[in-house]
Order: sequence, then C-alpha cells, then structure tokens
Amino acid sequence: MEELLEILRDLHPEVDYDTCDTLIDDKILDSFDIVSIISEISEQYDVTIPAEDIIPENFNSAQALYELIERLSDED
Amino acid sequence: MLFTSYSFIAFISLLFLLYYIIPKKGQWPLLLFASYLFYFLCDWRYLIFITVTSVSTYLFGIAIDKVNVRQDEYIKEHKKELSKEDKKIYKAGMKKKRFRLILMCLVLNIGILAVIKYTNFTINNINGIMHAFGSDNTIGFVDIIIPMGISFYTFQSMGYIIDVYRGTYKPERNIFKFALFVSFFPQLVQGPISRFNDLSKTLYAEHKFDIKVFTFGVQRILWGFFKKLVIADRIVVAINILKDNPEQYGGAYVFVLMMFYAFQLYADFTGGIDITIGVAEAMGITVAENFNRPFFSKNIKEYWNRWHITMGTWFTDYIFYPISVCKPMLKLSKASRKHLGEVIGKRVPVYLSAFVVWFTTGLWHGASWNFIVWGLMNFVVIMISQELKPLYVRFHNRFNVDGKRWYDGFQVIRTVLLMSAIRMFDVYRDVPLTFKMVWNMVTDFRISSLWSSTMLNLGLDIADYIILFAGLIILFTVSMLQRRKAVRERLWDKPAVLNCFVTWLLLISIVLFGAYSIGYDSAQFIYNQF
Repeated sequence: MEELLEILRDLHPEVDYDTCDTLIDDKILDSFDIVSIISEISEQYDVTIPAEDIIPENFNSAQALYELIERLSDED
Repeated sequence: MLFTSYSFIAFISLLFLLYYIIPKKGQWPLLLFASYLFYFLCDWRYLIFITVTSVSTYLFGIAIDKVNVRQDEYIKEHKKELSKEDKKIYKAGMKKKRFRLILMCLVLNIGILAVIKYTNFTINNINGIMHAFGSDNTIGFVDIIIPMGISFYTFQSMGYIIDVYRGTYKPERNIFKFALFVSFFPQLVQGPISRFNDLSKTLYAEHKFDIKVFTFGVQRILWGFFKKLVIADRIVVAINILKDNPEQYGGAYVFVLMMFYAFQLYADFTGGIDITIGVAEAMGITVAENFNRPFFSKNIKEYWNRWHITMGTWFTDYIFYPISVCKPMLKLSKASRKHLGEVIGKRVPVYLSAFVVWFTTGLWHGASWNFIVWGLMNFVVIMISQELKPLYVRFHNRFNVDGKRWYDGFQVIRTVLLMSAIRMFDVYRDVPLTFKMVWNMVTDFRISSLWSSTMLNLGLDIADYIILFAGLIILFTVSMLQRRKAVRERLWDKPAVLNCFVTWLLLISIVLFGAYSIGYDSAQFIYNQF
C-alpha cells in the first residue's frame, strides 16, 4: 500500500489519500493521471490494469485501487 | 428533414400526441417506427446502412455473450477438477474467441464508415502524391452517399459492442429495442453519442403524461430554436462572406471571423443538442447532456471536458485508455524509461495515446487535412499546457492569484481565444490559407479598419447586429443563471402565468427574429456533416 501511496502522492501531493474517496468524482485525477498511475503500477507491482477496469469505483480512493491491484495479482 | 423545418415541427407534434394517447406498451415501438420513418423521409437509402449496423451489432453482441455464458457454465461445472492454471488457460482461450467476434464487428462497421467517409479523401491524397511525382494520371472521385449521422450511430453502436465485450452489461435480446437504441431519431442529426446503459433506462420505459416534464421538453426545444435561428443562422451570412473572400478581409476581420465562428458553432451545435434533448425530454426520455457551459472553462483540458462531452468520453474510454494501458504500450514505456530516462519514459503512453486520439478526433470531424491539423493543434496545446503545469503552479503560488475573480476571468477569456484560434482550421478552405490568415491577423491587425462601413457590407445591417448582440447577451445571462439552478426549474417555481409569459416571449422572439422567411428551410446543422 505504501508504494501505491507514493505513486499517488507523486502526482497530487496535496491530497489526503487516507480519507479521500472521490478522486474521480471530484475530478482530482484526470485521464492523464490515470494512465501514469497504471504505468507506474505495472512497473512496481508487475500488474496490468486492463481498460475495462478503468471505472470510477476502482479509482475513487487509494484503498479501492489497492484492492483492484490485489484482485488482479491474485488472478495472475 | 431538418430540425428547423416546418415538416419537423409537424412530425414531432403528431408524435407527441400519438405517444401519449396510445397504450403505454406501444410507446417504444412507436418511437422505432417514427425513427425509421424520419430516416426514410430524409433518404430511403440511409435505411440500408443503419439496418446493417443495427443487425450486425445486435448479432455480434449476442454471440459474444454466448461465449461468456459458456465460459461461466464450464467453470462452474468443472470447478473441482480445474486448477488455477487450467482456469487461466481456458479463460484466455475464450477471451480470444470473444476478441475475434468483436474484431469482426468493428472491422465491418468502422469499415463501412471509413469507406463512406474517407474514400474520396484517400483518392484526393493519392492524386496529390502522383501529381507531386510528375504524373498526369488522376483517379476519379467516387459518388458515395453519406447517411445522416453515420458517425454518431456507428460510434454509439461500437461503444455498445465494446461494453458487451468487456462485460459492462448484458446485450439487448430484443432486436427491435436494439434497433431503436441505434436509430432514436432526435440523436440521428448530430448526436449526442449515448451509452446503452444510460439511454435504455428511459427509452423503453412507459411514460405517463407529466405536464412539468412536457413543459421542460418544449422549453428546451424552443431554447434550441432560439440559438439556432436567431443567432447561428443570422451570423452565418457574415461568416460566409469573410471566409470566402480572404484577400479582402484580412487583419482585424480575421479576428471578427474567429469570434463570429465561435458564437455560430456554439449556438448551432448546442442549439441542435437542446432540440434533441428537448424532444426526448418531452416524452420522458433522458438523453445525455453534451455541454456544460464550455465557454467558462479555464483551460483547454477543462474545455474538452465540457464541450461535446459524449464524444470526448467515447474517445477516452474506447481509444485513449485501451491504447495507453495495453501490454505493448506498457512494454514500450518500460523500455523508454530504461533508455531515455524516467522523465521521458513516463510520458510515452500518455503522449502516444493522446496523439492517436486527437488524430482520430480530427479525422472523425471531417475527411480533410483541415480537421486533422485542427485535431493535432489541440494535441499540441494540451501537451504544452500539461508540461507547463508545474510552472503555472509556481506562478499561482508566487503571485497568489488562484481563486481571484479577475484571474478566473482572464483564464476564461484566454481559453475562449485559444480555442477559437485553433477552430479557424475548420473555417478557411485549406490549411496553408489558415496559417496565412492567422499570421495576417497577428501582424496586420489594424483595428481602425473595423470602424469603416465594411462591417455593414457583411450581409448584416444594424438591426441584425442589434438582434445578434441581444441574443448573445441573453445566452450569456442564461449561462450565468444556470450555475446555481436550471432556468426552467427557476421558472417552474414562479407563478404559472410568468412561466407561460416567458415561454411565449421565447416563441415570439424566434418567430420575429429568427433568420428565415416564408418557405424557408433553415441551414443544416454544422455537426450534421460529421
């Protein structure tokens, strides 16, 4: 989780990722950010997030994103 | 049949009447009949194309779902004997099957769109290349009909099939219901590009007559007519003169053209969408909003989140993301990080995907280099502003301008000017002329030339300018009021007499100030050609 938070903080240091669960709904993350995050996750976790998983529910909070990574690593 | 024709008004009036007097179960079949009749009245040949897209997408959707169902059943049946690895191999095999099916569907439908829209553009380019190499041979152009709204309904259908492939939702089992989703007539003229899971919620539902819903629908239609007939169709006269005579109208007149075109495009496109949404709304159907006061955007990225929203999200979901997160792209990103460093490597997927998106966005808008260059100019500006982001943040912090109203205003005006300048590529006949005229505007502005009587030689007299000015003030005021609450909602809360009076005033102003006369069918919508 700490690695993921580092990736996110790198993009938007001003956000409190422990509490924020509206990263997409409040337009904090845009499409460029999402692609950067996915590319970083692929580097760090060796997990590929497919396009069909790019939905607000998976990206609205750090926790949701972490759960997605875990689910995908489990499937791999 | 144009939205702004008398026959369209007769068509929707009769439809509204029938829609609410027939048994509720017959409402969506009536809409399907009306949609096909609408298309038939435009040109009977269009029906062939839309039927091919509807039937093929429907069948492929069912076929893809069958593979999904078979996969789930097989895994359920053999749960105990399958290892994790077996499951993975089996799933990969089924995914390949689904991929083959979706590929066939995409190739067929995008292929039809490509042949229809880009054959003559390709021939023109081949002729240009042959000519450049000294050949006198030319390939003749092909006479192809372009079905109205083909780009919109093809994209809408392809969005559906991709969603079914991804398992976002189950395919529609009733072919007639699906045919209505593809052909719903208010959307055929210029979109928006709806998503099946959004539109289907209200499209097939039974709707009782509700005076509020109906009034809102009619008011939205009238508002659309106001924008289109009072503003867009009036200003277009001057635009045509200015763009067709570039030798005569340089300098400050290029700026006038730039702003006139911005107003025209906004009034034309949003007006058309207002009519689309209003027609659907009057029947209780919710169509996706396509605009969110785009001229109040503070930067170009925000502008594209607020202008032609359904097209932007379509390109993001179905082109930008799939390209930028596909395995080859991630591998390329990895390799770039290794060889070119972190800074560049990180940017590779975003830049390449954004380039493809803007190239195709340009191409989607029209088969000409003007639109391709327009798309790429958007790409360049977005990328520059992306790169300058840290600089902006430093500037904002240093001078403490964030949130200041004057600075917000500056950003809004800057974005409007920038977007209007890029849009000039849609206006002049070719790309070199556009560059030449924009350069001429910058280097030889001469504002004094506007004070001469030439402004009155643009096909508009003083009365036209007054109407235009008043129309734009109303447009601006409504946009400002919308920030807190929809104007129709505000009116509904007021006494009914006042609501009726305002609606009546809107109708009267369209009748009195609309740019038409008896027997006149207004100009086609700009986005209709896409």
